[in-house]
Formats: sequence, structure tokens, C-alpha cells
Amino acid sequence: MAGLQSQDFARISATNFRPPDVRHDFEVAKLIDVSKCIGCKACQAACLEWNNLREEVGFNTGSYDNPHDLTPNTWTLMRFTEWENPQSGNLEWLIRKDGCMHCADPGCLKACPSPGAIVQYNNGIVDFVSENCIGCGYCVKGCPFNIPRISQADHKAYKCTLCSDRVSVGQAPACAKACPTGAIVFGTKQAMLTYAQTRITDLKSRGFENAGIYDPPGVGGTHVMYVLHHADQPQLYAGLPQNPRISQVVELWKGLTKYAGMAAVGFAAAFAFVHGIVARRNDVSRAEDREAEHLIDEEAARGRQT
Amino acid sequence: MAVRREEERTTVDRYPGRVRVNHWITAISLILLALSGAALFHPALFFLSSLFGGGANTRALHPWLGVVLLASFAVLFVQMVRHNFWRKVDTQWMRHIGDVMSGHEENLPEIGKYNGAQKIVFWLMTLLILVLFATGIMIWYEYFGDSFTIEQQRFGHIIHALAAVAMLLVVIVHIYAGFYVRGTMAAMTEGKVTGGWAFRHHRLWLRHEAREGVIDERQAPPRRPNIGPAE
Repeated sequence: MAGLQSQDFARISATNFRPPDVRHDFEVAKLIDVSKCIGCKACQAACLEWNNLREEVGFNTGSYDNPHDLTPNTWTLMRFTEWENPQSGNLEWLIRKDGCMHCADPGCLKACPSPGAIVQYNNGIVDFVSENCIGCGYCVKGCPFNIPRISQADHKAYKCTLCSDRVSVGQAPACAKACPTGAIVFGTKQAMLTYAQTRITDLKSRGFENAGIYDPPGVGGTHVMYVLHHADQPQLYAGLPQNPRISQVVELWKGLTKYAGMAAVGFAAAFAFVHGIVARRNDVSRAEDREAEHLIDEEAARGRQT
Repeated sequence: MAVRREEERTTVDRYPGRVRVNHWITAISLILLALSGAALFHPALFFLSSLFGGGANTRALHPWLGVVLLASFAVLFVQMVRHNFWRKVDTQWMRHIGDVMSGHEENLPEIGKYNGAQKIVFWLMTLLILVLFATGIMIWYEYFGDSFTIEQQRFGHIIHALAAVAMLLVVIVHIYAGFYVRGTMAAMTEGKVTGGWAFRHHRLWLRHEAREGVIDERQAPPRRPNIGPAE
């Protein structure tokens, strides 16, 4: 994707200034109600279709997951989990639509070394700007959800754009438009939170007492949220992290190390320069030249003797 | 390796051509690595990527430069390692590092081809190049992205960054010493140093070289009157 809303950046990768807020956008969000999902993969097909992507024909390993993981072409993926609920004894089929969560505090953007390759719009969408992407894979390490994939064809990173091109012209993302059960809805973040509450109330009334929303605070909240019937155990849903955070190692690498490293090298170079022009010059004296001649004669004579 | 009495001065061979060529391959690849690595290390230095034809080219080139550095340093290591084993005199010499910095070398013990600080630089570079190469493989995403877990790659990144900073500090010391100690640069450009330089900084080495034999390339008269006492 290119940076479509050129004036509406909230954050730009590898850039220290915060761009001025020209227009004030609503924060948007996609709400995925896992309890309503029937696993039809219409969202996956719509994503490929809208973004004009093709996935290679895969192979069956006994799971409905197809392909088996996110790829540079598959930006959203239905992940199927069969879970036996120990309380009810029921077999539950947990289907989660995986993809970029569009974190308020995006680890990919923090890790990215290329100015403007990852941007966050004022509406909360985190987007990869391919023309600035250098294919280093740092975003992969920054992401707490293991989402970005680097294409071996053009060495650029790809992930869900939340259909930033559609959203910028007032359309809902392709997956939300295609969903036949209304499990995927799209709107302002506030509206989605309010709507989610009605779903949670409904689920609780039907016996899912731990139903809740997944909007993890460790990454500042996300602009893709889930309604989960078992919100107390998100890891049931194909390993959705309980409390996702940007890795402390990444924070240290992109924080203290970056500044301390620059400072250390800068001070060392400056000290060397100043010492070089101030300190007494370390040069060979004429006396030493003469003494050297004497020593060479002595040692050469000794060498001849042995 | 030889001490030569020439018309104008006495020189001591320090590095043959093969070592000098190899040293400069190492030095140039290291400088290019520092520039391309700095571009990826801090956004304020990203502009350096234009030296390599843009960010994507910098990303693609940097690891290959690392391979060049590893190969040329490996040869350099073999060429130099036998002179770099630590001796007691190096510990004594290091105790006088203040005298070195203030230019009072007359207080220092006689030393061989390398002094303690040079040996420390040699071994630190060896260690850091190995660390940088190993962690560099871990974060070489194009070829090794699938070979390491994301968590391993995160640690690879931070260790690579810290080792690179340490490497730059060592390199600054190394380059600085080459400039500050006058006459040193000739060792790596022309391959030889003056007799006085060898006497002042590496007297044991000069003794050893002189004992091996002196090549007299002077025409008659044999010695200019102002050089050295008569035998």
C-alpha cells in the first residue's frame, strides 16, 4: 500500500517528529465476533480478491487451516481449534480470523529502521508503505502477534492493511463486507466497543460467563478486536497471547541501545580528535634515531657471533 | 623481514605486501560495514544508505560485506596471531598506559612486535568479529529468517548492535593510535618503519630483527657523520 492519507499520519517509522494533525479522524476498529463465525473463509477470499493476491495451492495436513500460516499473500487466515470444554464436556470449534491487530502501540513500527516504511494513520490503521520498505524483517521481530511476512519475490513486508484504501473512501474492509453472518463488523472504535458489550451480554445470558472483549492494553489497545466466548483464556484460540507486549528485548534494542550506542561512539571519536590535537605529539626524537643505529650495530654483531 | 641501511635512513620491514593488502581489504570492508550498519541502526543516520544505493541495497549488501570481512580477517588472524600471545611484559606495559597517553614512553619496558594495547585490540577484534558474524547470520533475514525463532532473532539483534558499538570503539582506538603515534602509518602503507620508531616503540622486536641480519644498501661513503656513534 502507498500512504494514501498523506496528511493523516499519527506516527511514521524511523522518524522523530510527530506530523501535524491536519484533519481529525475518528479511530476506527474492526470487531471480530468469534462466537458468530462459521469458518466459511469468505473473508479470506475477499481479502485475496480485493488486494488482487493469489495463494499457491497447498496440501492437507488434517486441519482446515488453509494455507497453514499467514504468508506474504495471505493477510488474513482462519485458524481452527477443536477444544473439549472440561466444564461442559462439549467439543467446541473455536475459529479465529488471524491477521494484523493494528496496535495503538505498534511493535513493527517501533522496530522499523526505514523512515516512512510503516505508518500509523490518525484513524489507528497501521500500514506498510512498500516503496519505503527495505525488506530487513525488523517488523517481524517487533510484532507481538507474529503477523508480518516478507515476500521472497520482492523482499518487502506484507500484512493486513485494514483495507486502508477502502476506509479512506468511506468503505468497510473487504472481509467485513463479505462476512455472511455479520461476525466481522467495522466502525468507529467507540461504536465497536459499545456493540461488543451487547454481544458479551448476550453470550453471558447463554452460559458463556467468561465472554469478553479482546482489546489488549499491553499494546495500548488494538484496532482489530475480538469478542471471545472464553476471554479469560485467549490462548485457546490458536495461541492468541494472553497479555501481548512489545518484547523487552526489542524495547531495549530500539530504546537505550540506540541512543547509548550513538553517544558512546560519538564521544569516543570526539575525545580521540581532541586528544590528538591537544596531547604532546608522540614522535621519534633524533636521539632515538641515533640510539637505534647503535643498537642495530650491537645486535647485528651479536647475531653474527651466534 | 629485515633491517635495511639505506642512503638516507635505516628502515625495518614490518609488513609484507600480502599482509598490507589484506589489512586494507579488512579496513575498507569494516568502514563500509560501519556506514551501512549505522544507516540501519539509527534513523538519524539512515541517509548513509544512499551511499549504497538506497535502503534495500544497504540491507542486501551489509551481510555480504560481513562475509568479506570475516574471510579477510581470518587470513589476517593467521598472519598475526603468533605475535599476539600475551606475555608478562605486556601486563607491565599496560600498567604504564598513562605514560603512553601522555607521550612518556621512556618509562615503558622494552616490548616485542606488539604492545599490550595492540594485543588487546587484536583479540577484541577477533572476538567481536566472531560475535558479529554469528549474530549477523541470525538476523540475515533473506537466507536465515526461517532458521531461528523470532525470539532468538530479537536477541541476535541486540547483541549485534552492542557488539557493533564495541567494535567501533575498538576501531576508533586502533585508528587513533595509528595517527597519534607518528610514523606508525608507514607500517601499513609502505610496509616499513624507521629504525628510530622501532627503537622507541618496539625495541625488543628491533633487537630481534637486527640479530637476524642487516641489509646494507648504502653506497660509499658508508655512513653520514650525523647518524649514530662510530663503532
